[in-house]
Amino acid sequence: MQKPLIDLAQGEDGVIAAISGGRGMQHRLRRLGLAEGQTVRKLSALAMGGPIVVRVNRTQVAIGRGMARRVLVEPVAG
Amino acid sequence: MTRAAATASDVLLVGQPNVGKSVLFSRMTGVRTMASNYPGTTVSYAVGKMRAADHNFVVVDAPGTYSLEPLDEAARVTTELIGNADRIINVVDSTRLERHLPLTLELIAAGKPIVVALNMSDEAKHQGITIDAGQLSQDLGVPVLPITARSGEGVRALTAAICAVERPPECPPPAELNAEGRAHDGSLNHSEIWRRVGKLVERAQTIVHHHHSLGERLEELSIHPVWGSAIAVLVVAASFSLVRMLGEFLIGGTVGIVGTPWAEIPFGTEHAFNGLVAPLLLRLSGALGPETFLHRLLIGSLVDGGIDFEQSFGILTSGLYIPIGVVFPYLISFYLVLSLLEDTGYLPRLAVFLDSVMHRLGLHGYAIIPTLLGLGCNVPGIMATRVLETPRQRFITATLISIAVPCAALQAMIVGIVGSRSVGALAVVYGTLAVVWVLISLILRFVSHDFRPELLVEIPPYRLPTLRGITSKLWMRVSGFFREALPIVIGAVVVVNLLYQADVFERLAALTEPVLSRLWGMPKEAILPLLVGIVRKDIAMGLFAPLQLTTKQLITGAVLLSMFFPCMAGLVVLFRELRLRNGLASLGIMLAAVFVVGIALNVVL
Repeated sequence: MQKPLIDLAQGEDGVIAAISGGRGMQHRLRRLGLAEGQTVRKLSALAMGGPIVVRVNRTQVAIGRGMARRVLVEPVAG
Repeated sequence: MTRAAATASDVLLVGQPNVGKSVLFSRMTGVRTMASNYPGTTVSYAVGKMRAADHNFVVVDAPGTYSLEPLDEAARVTTELIGNADRIINVVDSTRLERHLPLTLELIAAGKPIVVALNMSDEAKHQGITIDAGQLSQDLGVPVLPITARSGEGVRALTAAICAVERPPECPPPAELNAEGRAHDGSLNHSEIWRRVGKLVERAQTIVHHHHSLGERLEELSIHPVWGSAIAVLVVAASFSLVRMLGEFLIGGTVGIVGTPWAEIPFGTEHAFNGLVAPLLLRLSGALGPETFLHRLLIGSLVDGGIDFEQSFGILTSGLYIPIGVVFPYLISFYLVLSLLEDTGYLPRLAVFLDSVMHRLGLHGYAIIPTLLGLGCNVPGIMATRVLETPRQRFITATLISIAVPCAALQAMIVGIVGSRSVGALAVVYGTLAVVWVLISLILRFVSHDFRPELLVEIPPYRLPTLRGITSKLWMRVSGFFREALPIVIGAVVVVNLLYQADVFERLAALTEPVLSRLWGMPKEAILPLLVGIVRKDIAMGLFAPLQLTTKQLITGAVLLSMFFPCMAGLVVLFRELRLRNGLASLGIMLAAVFVVGIALNVVL
């Protein structure tokens, strides 16, 4: 079941299925490696509506919550 | 930003942010550059010369860019630089090959002779990553060489390769890319690029699973919602106390030998000036005669028959003591600590933690990096606002820096003069500036209905700072201060003394008295430091010393001086970055804030 990146549990992996949003935002996400087919792991969600931190391609990336809602992932079992 | 046409280069270094282009550039050209461990350190480009194969090459270090699609300033600048470049070195992070190859494909498509440098090959090895450079070179159709720019390994082979490189024959991969990778309108087909990159990586890279290193564990801990906050508070508190302690030690410390209390050796600039310089100057004073013009200019006025480095205000007394005796030690300690924060890679993590707070103020977390740089000197701070995405964000951050962020030189003087009254007074100065910073950003947030982009930023791995990197940056920043500031400081002392003799200040003080005395509760003579502050802030703060101010007046004076116009260099950069219209708007906000804060302090204190 696909769900927004932000809803992954801490430590859970997901494969990016789709990115909704404007061309500019898609571009900014892709250039940091957040592209369809890539596996991401949610590492942390910061307090008070702060960004979430994911690992993609062995790189840590901080993403604002609004953006993280627009990235759809397919959770990876295990 | 207005900029002349991009510089022509023989060799252009291109790569994504934080891949170590500036470190490689320094290795190749011997030109010192600011290199730090966070994306966006190089906001403009640097030019240097390299001697190789009996030729002189002009080498240009482009700002880091993720792609050549002209969606931001860095990409536009880089595209222009590529147009004027003879050959290209594409610097790639070996530990994140799949992230960096899309740019490599774009660069190869540009059709210039190109060599790919796989940087950080030492880190890749530690992480169990092996890249078959030969395979990658064969698949890409261009030379590929592993290097470690930090240690210099492989750099010689790279320079030899870039001298020998030819245009890629027939450009096989780009041709294929053009056929498959671009849609009919010429825009890049992203999924096709990622598919190609996936194949390239699959063929060239092998990863052996390895255990979590200490660094990686620290990386995860410092973004943890709870532990990370604790670490952030600890790092910030430790940094500020370290700056303070080291600065005070360099000014007035003593080196004691354990067990022998009588053998405490005075160390520090204060002792040096009072013990060594003062006696010489007293003899000079006697030789010149007290009421002569030269005495006034060189020594200034004697206080109780002796030299008071804070109050005498001659070229050789306060003119030397303020920059060398007070400001220099604080510059060393501030920039040492800042360099450590920069080179370890902690700053982006701090930005991530502050993001939610900063968003409530209408900024995003990354604005903290220019602001911290501004605490050293407003000039690089305002320039660093280029890493922020929208013009509005840049305007707000730069305006806040120029109004409410005192530079290290001014802070050194504030700590010395206000701090000697009481620590509480010092706290009021910093507290007021912090409140001003918050209030102005809140007001600007509600006035402007600008779309505020969310944070999206790569967090670099932790790295151990190198001695070479730290000392090189320290040298650039401190020598820059002496080159640029020292002549201005001494010039300001001369001008102040000349104006004193011409009674100009008497007339000016009478003119500005209504605002200064009635509204702000300052003596009318305080106009002098405020005006000198437009030139140099540290020397201006020193001018408060002889005025016999009450503690309340001194606090008000320090706050107003911090806010009232940036110094000359800051003003020039503010207008260059914001352009005329926004620069004037920024100054308007500043004047309104100064007026209100002066009255508020007079009423409240």
